[in-house]
Amino acid sequence: MATVTGTEQAGRSAAAPKPALKPRAKPPVWRWVILVVAGIYFLIPLYAALRFAGIKAFPSVLHQAGFTDALTLSIRLAAITTVLTVVLMVPTVVYVHLRLPRLRRLLEAITILPIVIPPVVLIVGVLAVAPGNLKSSDTLLALEYVILAMPFAYRSIDAGLRALDLKTLVEASNSLGAGWPSTLWRVILPNLRTAMLSAVVLTIALVLGEYTMASLDLYQTFPVWIVNFEQSSGPVSVASSLLALFVTWLFLMVIATLGGRRARRTGGSEATLFSQVRRDTGSGSQPPAS
Amino acid sequence: MTTNITAGTAEGDGLPAPGGADAGAPVVIQDLSRSFGAVHALDGLSLDIAPGEFLALLGPSGCGKTTALRIVAGFETADVGSVTVDGKDVSPVPAAKRDMGMVFQSYSLFPNMTALDNVGFGLRMRKQRSAERNRRASEQLDMVGLSEHAKKYPHQLSGGQQQRVALARALAIEPRVLLLDEPLSALDAKVRLQLREQIRTLQQRLGITTIFVTHDQEEALSMADRVGVMKEGKLEQVAEPTELYNHPATAFVAEFVGTMNRIPAALLTAGQVRAIGGTVQAQDGTAISEDHDMLIRPEELKIAAVTGGNGIVTDKTFLGSVTRVSVRLDGDVTVKVDVPSTEAAGMPPGTSVEVSLAGTPVLTAERR
Repeated sequence: MATVTGTEQAGRSAAAPKPALKPRAKPPVWRWVILVVAGIYFLIPLYAALRFAGIKAFPSVLHQAGFTDALTLSIRLAAITTVLTVVLMVPTVVYVHLRLPRLRRLLEAITILPIVIPPVVLIVGVLAVAPGNLKSSDTLLALEYVILAMPFAYRSIDAGLRALDLKTLVEASNSLGAGWPSTLWRVILPNLRTAMLSAVVLTIALVLGEYTMASLDLYQTFPVWIVNFEQSSGPVSVASSLLALFVTWLFLMVIATLGGRRARRTGGSEATLFSQVRRDTGSGSQPPAS
Repeated sequence: MTTNITAGTAEGDGLPAPGGADAGAPVVIQDLSRSFGAVHALDGLSLDIAPGEFLALLGPSGCGKTTALRIVAGFETADVGSVTVDGKDVSPVPAAKRDMGMVFQSYSLFPNMTALDNVGFGLRMRKQRSAERNRRASEQLDMVGLSEHAKKYPHQLSGGQQQRVALARALAIEPRVLLLDEPLSALDAKVRLQLREQIRTLQQRLGITTIFVTHDQEEALSMADRVGVMKEGKLEQVAEPTELYNHPATAFVAEFVGTMNRIPAALLTAGQVRAIGGTVQAQDGTAISEDHDMLIRPEELKIAAVTGGNGIVTDKTFLGSVTRVSVRLDGDVTVKVDVPSTEAAGMPPGTSVEVSLAGTPVLTAERR
């Protein structure tokens, strides 16, 4: 992915960095073979599901009992989780990058924990210690999801910050009279837009698809509803999960496209989990100063 | 290149005078010390910078010059000492309130803003209205000859153009002091030379007090009114470029500024030094010891192609009108001698030559 974006950028600036050209020189046959094999691997189950559910099952999904409630709950959880994640992670990672760079490795290790620890273990632990009034609210699940989303959000934002010369930008902003709020709002956040978008996409995708925690926590989220419903009507259940997949995928594409367009406009110095594009700063490969 | 893009720039020579009455504040640095763990980055640095003066801080990497600049800018704090601008101690003032324009070594333009918005950023922080801000920013861009690039984003500009926008951005806030942290070191040689002249010309016209940090002695000597040479957190010498070159205060300055030959020499009484068959006056001719080297510039040596001379040409570097000839003397000492290129043409490597002293007083240093 990174190579593709790199080539695209190089073509645009008319000064192609050499490494980006290499894949071009190779015969494209292998790429097509890999694409086709991977495509078959991913598409056959989807096709099978579609065959099983049948086109007619799709409209009826919307009228099933509990569908709207489950979907609304999932969307609400996604919204709360996303906001909390961004508000917590962005300032934290920025601060660590600027002031405590030595803590980056530790933070990286900590943020990988939710992936290492199985969700079952997490949820059992949370239920054991969570205060009673929190246990009965949506907030608890959202808080758990914030932790679950942490590895993805952290990596997106970390990659975005690494693509920036953060220290210099902050100092330049300071020297021009901007205090911390202005620097964060006008200099750091606009340049982290793509990274934040990818963090948001991954968080939303995670929340919309999470089953274990919600189920053990007795919430009727969309994935939980799909599994429960499957027992009464298989085709409709499969149709709804296909629908969920499609909506999530569409959402991801929209955000990736928007982020990509923005990155192109501002020179692609931003990075996301999907692609890390560096600005071409070598003055030698750029048009001479007039 | 200086196309006016707003009507406002048409009057006079179309150039604003940033700073106005405030331009050229005197800066007094007093006894600055700063340690990072066991490393003394700065060790009692004191400097008086006159209003409107262009002062270069020159030294090898790790000598503390950047730390000094960052303390003046407010990005670092000194353990001891003070920085006074226009008679006021700025130590308690945060960087954002110091009114100092700064140009950084790495490209520091905000990638999400056009050149114009970058230049206008400081004015925006000073709550200037958008119309006035854009007019002023356009004037600044015009001043660095980039008005037709106003709408471009940093990645669409070359390295040299980016640094010129950064300079315009730093000057737009009408700073009391301009701080330049090796702004040319990331650029290629030709652009560096152009920008060097442009910075100097602008600085002189605006009369803005400027501190310029560099490890490139050529840059320092060609641009600055005075150059401060630093070593291990201390100032070795502050002087005008010619003084620094001709009368270096210490052996370190002598060898760091310009090219210097070291030739084993004998110190004689009455301040005389003897080496390679000649005797010359020593600049600090008090010490009498065998263990001294003579420090002598390549242009202070004479050379002639003779058979059976005291040296053999080993290498030549063409520098334009002169050629720097490397000669291995008897005793395995290699010296560099500047020779008019027309003469050097007759001295290919392997030529036997006679090297002699031109007779100018020389500096001596303890033998290493």
